[in-house]
Amino acid sequence: MSAVIDTHGHGHGDHAHHPSGIMRWIQTTNHKDIGTLYLVFSFTMFIVGGILAFGIRAELFQPGLQLWRPEFFNELTTMHGLIMVFGAIMPAFVGFANWQIPMMIGAPDMAFARMNNWSFWLLPPAATLLVASFFVPGGATAAGWTLYAPLSTQMGPGMDLAIFALHIMGASSIMGSINIITTILNMRAPGMTLMKMPLFVWTWLITAYLLIAVMPVLAGAVTMVLTDRHFGTHFFNAAGGGDPVMYQHIFWFFGHPEVYIMILPAFGIVSQIVPTFARKPLFGYSSMVYATASIAILSFIVWAHHMFTVGMPAAAQLFFMYATMLIAVPTGVKVFNWIATMWKGSLTFETPMLFACGFIFVFSMGGFTGLVCAITPIDIQIQDTYYIVAHFHYVLVAGSLFAIFGGTYYWIPKWTGHMYDETLGKWHFWLSMIFFNVTFFPMHFAGLAGMPRRIPDYALQFADFNMISSIGAFGFGLSQLVFLWAVLKCIRGGAKAADRTWEGAEGLEWTLPSPAPYHTFEAPPVVK
Amino acid sequence: MDEGSMTSKLATLFAAVAVFATGGAAGAAPHYNLQPPQSIIAHEIYDLHTLIMWIILGIFVVVFGAMTYAILYHRKSTGHKAEQFHENTTVEIIWTIIPFFILIGMAYPATKTVIAMKDTSNPDLTIKATGYQWKWGYDYLQEGIHFYSNLATPRDQIEGGAPKGEHYLLEVDHPLVVPTGKKIRLLTTANDVIHSWWMPAFGVKQDAIPGFVRDTWFKVDKPGIYRGQCAELCGKDHGFMPIVVEAVEPEKYAQWAAGQKKTMQAAAAAESPGKSWTLDELKAQGEKVYAANCVACHQANGMGIPNTFPALSGSKTATGPKEAHVTTVLSGRSGTAMAPFKHLSDVELAAVITYERNSWGNKTGDMVTPAEVKASRK
Repeated sequence: MSAVIDTHGHGHGDHAHHPSGIMRWIQTTNHKDIGTLYLVFSFTMFIVGGILAFGIRAELFQPGLQLWRPEFFNELTTMHGLIMVFGAIMPAFVGFANWQIPMMIGAPDMAFARMNNWSFWLLPPAATLLVASFFVPGGATAAGWTLYAPLSTQMGPGMDLAIFALHIMGASSIMGSINIITTILNMRAPGMTLMKMPLFVWTWLITAYLLIAVMPVLAGAVTMVLTDRHFGTHFFNAAGGGDPVMYQHIFWFFGHPEVYIMILPAFGIVSQIVPTFARKPLFGYSSMVYATASIAILSFIVWAHHMFTVGMPAAAQLFFMYATMLIAVPTGVKVFNWIATMWKGSLTFETPMLFACGFIFVFSMGGFTGLVCAITPIDIQIQDTYYIVAHFHYVLVAGSLFAIFGGTYYWIPKWTGHMYDETLGKWHFWLSMIFFNVTFFPMHFAGLAGMPRRIPDYALQFADFNMISSIGAFGFGLSQLVFLWAVLKCIRGGAKAADRTWEGAEGLEWTLPSPAPYHTFEAPPVVK
Repeated sequence: MDEGSMTSKLATLFAAVAVFATGGAAGAAPHYNLQPPQSIIAHEIYDLHTLIMWIILGIFVVVFGAMTYAILYHRKSTGHKAEQFHENTTVEIIWTIIPFFILIGMAYPATKTVIAMKDTSNPDLTIKATGYQWKWGYDYLQEGIHFYSNLATPRDQIEGGAPKGEHYLLEVDHPLVVPTGKKIRLLTTANDVIHSWWMPAFGVKQDAIPGFVRDTWFKVDKPGIYRGQCAELCGKDHGFMPIVVEAVEPEKYAQWAAGQKKTMQAAAAAESPGKSWTLDELKAQGEKVYAANCVACHQANGMGIPNTFPALSGSKTATGPKEAHVTTVLSGRSGTAMAPFKHLSDVELAAVITYERNSWGNKTGDMVTPAEVKASRK
């Protein structure tokens, strides 16, 4: 992707003195280079995780065991989850943060440029550990991405590799977050007050605090699993006085904020795209900021809604049910604000806007099913069924991933200096949208009807739904090749992008040339 | 009414696609909703779900009606000019407060159901369900009845060698038998990892946690056979440990319980501690115990699954000193999938260990007696 930041012939940014070839990428401290690295890494892991998903859906195409042994099927589901969460979605948002935050707040680069390099280059070794775990004796961990003890203490050495990978990725996330917070708090251009910051910057500021708060919690949980496995501790072993449920409490104290870590930056991206293509300022800017903060705060007191079936006292079940339901309020505010932004606008539907509208529509369906899941008695029925699988793919794929696609089409003219191919973009959107729903909508029915998740084989009444889901999944996966094609084509050439690429675009990044020079805002702009 | 017309329309659409895609697949017709409820709690959950689907449908129509209207009529291509308003405190307060009231409307009935679900007091019958990798064990605490419940679907059907039966993967050798109309308190626990006892028709899902006992309850309305599955990932055969409950009239239940007690007494007599066993008798008995408890991991040929589950044929434990072998089977091996099997009887353990030490090329010639096993238990 070297063309992304190829600055030759662009006078202003031409004083880029960096090594060429591979050393440029290894040694780089430039936020744009590092952003590109993150995005390429993320897409690579997205393909790897997608291949695992193909393996899952191929086995589930028909009842019976056709392709895999059950233990390998469990490895597939586990690693699909870990790779998509930690390898694909989270690094993609960090890539956006690297590219966009300095340009959006008028800063020359990230605050800690060398640490930025280090936080990226920790990821490839972590990913290598994860992928390599398939090839050690016993294979990769098969305990589910949640790695519940004591099942995770039974696993082979693949589990240890996964634990170390999570440690390294956690360290990377924490460093990235410190960098983002410091950059946002200290390096804003004069006049860029907090309440003037673009919403993408706000959502990332809040996300970074969440990351710093919870990544150490995950590291603690998996370290306790590690010492239970090898050093004779009994944190989660009841026979030694431990408590297996404690693992779940610790994991979900990380895991629920993690859900918002993966969706808040998506809210930010959508909040940038919608006003641009409505040609109208974002409705309710300050309530958007407050809603984001409320969601983040609430995310710390709802974790046990993932555990309604462990047998909590009624009072705890009620508390976590009420707290969870409350999240619907700020989330609703956001959806209403986006629609109010579109209301009486002058709308056009280029690919970024298609993805943003698709996001609002399909993410909200995931929000609705989230409300269904929040109701404890209903959750008792659908916990650990395909209904949950449908629910979280509606928020994570149609939510986070669609926002990532939308953001890519939105900013790629700024990154490459070329317009992407609008026809390809539209094909990508419609194929993704249709196949996404073909894949995941039937899972609601399968779950309601009683199909547990994480099973390699199923009873006959679930056969039809699974076959449809599998067809949809293959279609969805292949549709992503259109995205790859569109991005590669845009990097290699295309119509020259204007500096202010979109008619309705507002914000400092659009005052820069396209492509953005290697160094930008060395003298801070003044924001009025 | 199921779940609102939007979802049922989509359901019909998907059903049509499904029939088209599979040419009307064999087996049961697909369901689009929660299974028909068979207990008071399951009824309440069903109604709660229907209520919430209606509320959601209402919100969906209003919110996405507005969005669709804007998409259709506020387009640049229709010449619509953008207005520049960007806040309205009144509207923003209204759409923050209205959801609160909607949520309260949902929380009120849900709270009543939560409290009812947790009320396990005054049961007529208490049964303990224990999750094992990968089967369920049931203990009727008052009657003293005990048995295991294994998947009954033949391996051939799973691997595609035989046509799949009507209750493929949802059938067991010994179902849990309960009387209708009686409040049954179910205690759950587990031997190795976390399992979850789920019976959709009763609205019951309770995790079974090793080292802890949790409880839940149900009262079955009508006689019948009800089917569920383990709902918590518990290792390789998580998908193969179904739960089947046979609900019968209380009189028939009493007959069944009396019959079970007789069978258990007969079995206990056969295993009386005074009985002296020969090696061949123990081996023959051990083969059965092996098939019921060990074969899932270590395999019928004793070769295990390479790199995942160790072979017993030629293994150090199965050919080395007897005492270590007994300890491993009794206490498991921590940090591995080898669970403790101390829930098996002395005779069963002696038999299976003897079998393992004298099969698949293992020729120690050792015989482990029930008395030796008993001595090893602390």
